[in-house]
Amino acid sequence: MNRDPARVSFSVNGMPVVVSAPPVRRLSAVLREDLSLTGTKVGCDAGDCGACTVLVDGEPLCACLVPAARLEGAQVRTVEGLANGMLSRLQASFLAHGAAQCGICTPGLLMAATALLERSPNPAEGEVADALGGVLCRCTGYRKIVRAVMEAGAATDALDLRLPAAGRAVGAAPVRLDGMAKVTGAEMFGADGIPPDALAVIVVRSPHHHARFAFGDLGAYASGNPGIVGIFTAADIPGVNRFGTIPAFADQPALAEGLVRFRGEAAALVAVERNAARELDLAAFPIEWTPLPHVLDADAAHTAEPLHETRKGNLLTQGFVEHGDPEAALAGAAVVVSGAIETSYVEHAYIEPEAGYAAMDGDTLIIRACTQAPYMDRDDTARVLGLSPANVRIVPTATGGGFGAKLDLSVQPLIGLVALKTGRPAALAYSRSESMASTTKRHPASMRATIGADADGHIVGMTFDGEFNTGAYASWGPTVATRVPIHASGPYVTPNYRATGRAIHTNGPISGAFRGFGVPQATIMQETLYDELAARLGRDRLEFRLANALRNGSVTVCGQRLQSGVGIVDCLEALRPRWSEAGAAAEAFNAAHDGIRRGVGIASCWYGCGNTSLPNPSTMKIGLTADGALVLHQGAIDIGQGSNTVIAQIAADALGVPLAAIRLESGDTAITPDAGKTSASRQTFVSGRAAQAAASALRETLLRFANVSDRAAIDLAPGKLVIRDGEATRSLDLSVLPVDADGYVFSATESYDPPTAPLDAKGQGSPYAVYGYGAQIVELDVDLALGTVRLVRISAAHDVGRAINPLLAEGQIEGGIAQGIGLALMEEYVPGRTENLHDYLIPTIGDVPPIDTILVEVPDPEGPFGAKGLGEHVLIPTAPAILNAIRHATGVLVTKVPATPSRVLAALRARESGP
Amino acid sequence: MTRYARPETVEEALHLLGDGVWRILAGGTDFYPSLGDRPVRDHILDVSALAALRGIGETDAGFVFGAATRWIDIARHDLPPAFDALRQAAREVGSIQIQNAGTIGGNLCNASPAADGVPALMVLDATVEVRSRESTRHLGLSDFILGNRRTALRPGEMVTAVNVPKRAARGRSAFVKLGARRYLVISIAMAAARIEAGPDGTIANAAVSVGACSAVAQRLGFLEDALVGRPIDGDLGEAVHVSDFAALSPIDDVRGSAAYRREAAVEIVRRAVRAAAARPASGELAA
Repeated sequence: MNRDPARVSFSVNGMPVVVSAPPVRRLSAVLREDLSLTGTKVGCDAGDCGACTVLVDGEPLCACLVPAARLEGAQVRTVEGLANGMLSRLQASFLAHGAAQCGICTPGLLMAATALLERSPNPAEGEVADALGGVLCRCTGYRKIVRAVMEAGAATDALDLRLPAAGRAVGAAPVRLDGMAKVTGAEMFGADGIPPDALAVIVVRSPHHHARFAFGDLGAYASGNPGIVGIFTAADIPGVNRFGTIPAFADQPALAEGLVRFRGEAAALVAVERNAARELDLAAFPIEWTPLPHVLDADAAHTAEPLHETRKGNLLTQGFVEHGDPEAALAGAAVVVSGAIETSYVEHAYIEPEAGYAAMDGDTLIIRACTQAPYMDRDDTARVLGLSPANVRIVPTATGGGFGAKLDLSVQPLIGLVALKTGRPAALAYSRSESMASTTKRHPASMRATIGADADGHIVGMTFDGEFNTGAYASWGPTVATRVPIHASGPYVTPNYRATGRAIHTNGPISGAFRGFGVPQATIMQETLYDELAARLGRDRLEFRLANALRNGSVTVCGQRLQSGVGIVDCLEALRPRWSEAGAAAEAFNAAHDGIRRGVGIASCWYGCGNTSLPNPSTMKIGLTADGALVLHQGAIDIGQGSNTVIAQIAADALGVPLAAIRLESGDTAITPDAGKTSASRQTFVSGRAAQAAASALRETLLRFANVSDRAAIDLAPGKLVIRDGEATRSLDLSVLPVDADGYVFSATESYDPPTAPLDAKGQGSPYAVYGYGAQIVELDVDLALGTVRLVRISAAHDVGRAINPLLAEGQIEGGIAQGIGLALMEEYVPGRTENLHDYLIPTIGDVPPIDTILVEVPDPEGPFGAKGLGEHVLIPTAPAILNAIRHATGVLVTKVPATPSRVLAALRARESGP
Repeated sequence: MTRYARPETVEEALHLLGDGVWRILAGGTDFYPSLGDRPVRDHILDVSALAALRGIGETDAGFVFGAATRWIDIARHDLPPAFDALRQAAREVGSIQIQNAGTIGGNLCNASPAADGVPALMVLDATVEVRSRESTRHLGLSDFILGNRRTALRPGEMVTAVNVPKRAARGRSAFVKLGARRYLVISIAMAAARIEAGPDGTIANAAVSVGACSAVAQRLGFLEDALVGRPIDGDLGEAVHVSDFAALSPIDDVRGSAAYRREAAVEIVRRAVRAAAARPASGELAA
């Protein structure tokens, strides 16, 4: 009858268990913390994401909403119970179809699908969607999940786990090398595997957009609440209390110094025993806030008090590109169009909130956390904590989605400070609202542009001006301001051009890196104007783009001559058949329907892979042990996109061994060299090149040692290297050879840094060594009375240079499209208002239509095996293609995204009442 | 020390309620999200073991939904066509996971303006059975839900059942939910309509309601009156006029503007009315 822990007996995966738990403790916590079954993931603690879905007496429930006391006698099934010696057919089907990317939502999806399949072994697509509609996935775009569930019944019991033979890895689509753990629940993410004796770190955060604060009696609070081991503030930070992803702009305190500049900013830490943490009431924490005037709008920020003293007018930085004479060109143009587009804050909404723990190992601070950039984490955390980078070791856990926001520090300096100060392990897993309030967003943009064409339909000039709300701290604002002017022309020949991108501080959430660094926003501006130009010129929209597309030998707006590998023409041409079919289908549909209009839209993208005119090296190391094991130190962090598999495929073929011979080491900074951050679509290209170089170097060493020609084939056996050269076979005993400090008898470490050239004052130069290209067609229906949009089909053609792994490439495309759908139609983060996943909407399984993918392969001589980057490109065309399709359907351009039903209907009504 | 109780009989529950201030925990789908990561500070009365509160029954007077009946139970129950709107609403509550946990009584007590169950229950003239140790009250929905997150529950009371009178269990009904995505979505607006045809093919009774366009969902009395007497196979959409919606007070929020809600409400009401009046497509009843 009281809330003391009570004994509850139930079964988990058929095994009886007895736990002692407070009656309303969440089942998710019982499973994860009391029973150490961490396969069940927590994404929101509110029933909004479904990641914690388990079966209770056969029915899918969110474990975060089930009180422990109700479990008496219940049969609970979790992901850990699905495999029974071998994977269930469903798990095998998920692997075979590439339905798991980062894997954080996979256990929830598997459980919801298991309940469906037990009822309906051969479900139709609609049934699958109904059954899985309650589980959010941010990586895959759901299409492969739908297939995996529909075809689970047909899957053979034995999954084909065979990996490609020597020389066959590139271009193959093996089951992802890190996939098994993702479907069994064994994968360890940031919040998994926290030691039982770790202190809980609780962060006191600002409820105001801008405020001064002062602490009351911290000692009394600490002594008045059981279990508090320490309270830490900015005064306790031993190093430089400023961090940031770009050192020259580092401006964010790990803990605020008496002043907070945005809602959600960290002001203090409470380190508390984990059991006591559950009962700790932060409402009584002694901190007094004095709210200050705030500005959330970039336009108003120009004249507001600067957030940072030295940044006048709240201008963080400006990017600028000028080529030719745009004014003269526009003055002489036959047709000129102008427009303005606004976009909103977009939240990354990976299903894994930031999490990890820190612990001291002698003098070394070890941080195990999810991340996209272990070396940047190491160096920045060391600076804040006053340690040498050599005394900080970052051990990346699996990362449950990143999309750019996990490039920035989050939990690292906070748990690091507590571990350093207390000597105890210290753990912190952000709550969903904490994650949403405190981490970075996509920049809201306010853009204007003018584009002119001659009577023949060739672009003669363009001007672009974009203001990007960069929020309270710098993060990646400078990168966005720089990248946008370089890309705002789209992949089209634009001989006369001027573009400006400004990053403006406000008291809004920090805007940082989000898949595309501002280019998705700018492309909405450019691609919607292209439709208007085509209409004014009476040209077909695809043909108009094709006529202006960059080709080999074209000069970009930065004055860079693209010698080879320009694939946009191929992408547009690949879409031609669907374009005419879709146009005809829309016409037929519209002739037969009232009240609903079908429209077809198209848009393109280009995107430079890697850092903009800056060094961007990746280093890969590969070693052969005396046992005959090949170890690839794969530091290109896999956040679901597949670098663990793709980089290994490249290394296997460069070395000439079967893919199965490669063993992966993680991006642990103590054992693996710096492969650079997982961002800017650089890993397949840059780290792929480094892996290719390292593997080739090792191959050369082995062949030279065996004294054979470079045609020789390499085989590995336990303790042996077997080399065949023509008829001759040599077997070398590795166990007699000396090993180096890392335990390798042979090893190679190679770096690759893409050749770029600095940009001058007018943005002229060679900002990137490799670009990727793509184009997408969207077909959709608009309900004219409600302003709702239903997507019918999306066709995507992307030039990947060479598809190292076509299945993973398709997964990137489908997932990027889903995020583009969100950007276009539903995602709008409002600080203080949408800090959860029911007010902030991302697409569900019912919101992503069938996607037809065409992989175009126009090799780039710079890329490994010709490959280019893909990760960010894929979401760039989606939103503009959607807006263009809405305009095609209705005649109305929606000029602010997301194009919610409200905004679509308002645009329709404005036209009716207009002139 | 806070208390937790999970009684097995209604009498025991009412006795406890009369004895102190309790927070009632039913499906947990609103309790846990509002709790967040804060500690529990209330006494918790868990009603999930009250077998008498779970299930759907039929009496001479009408249909009785135990307060702790879950949405999944309603969606799967064989009910007359007048309940189609309610069953459609049940399938639109959150997700399968939420429908497997959330209850009809909890939906009413949470008193969200966007509660999916309310418009459908309104067109069924549903009443709420509220009991305490001392008394039993029956309140109409609009007397029970008083405002945003506000109900007529008094200290010591709990909702034990939702009743639908026989006279309202006639005709056919339909529910239309308008949201910005397909699943797991809070309504921008929603509408329910129940239409009952007389023997002469004209509408004998009509009930229409709109949710998420005012603090509490509302019936549209003028429209209902205007529908009565019209041929059921005529274009009933024509009967829907903007003036019928004057009493709505929609708000601007992240889901939609007030102006949008006003306009969309008219349209979804038209669609709900048309759907409720439509003959069932063959096979629909079997679904």
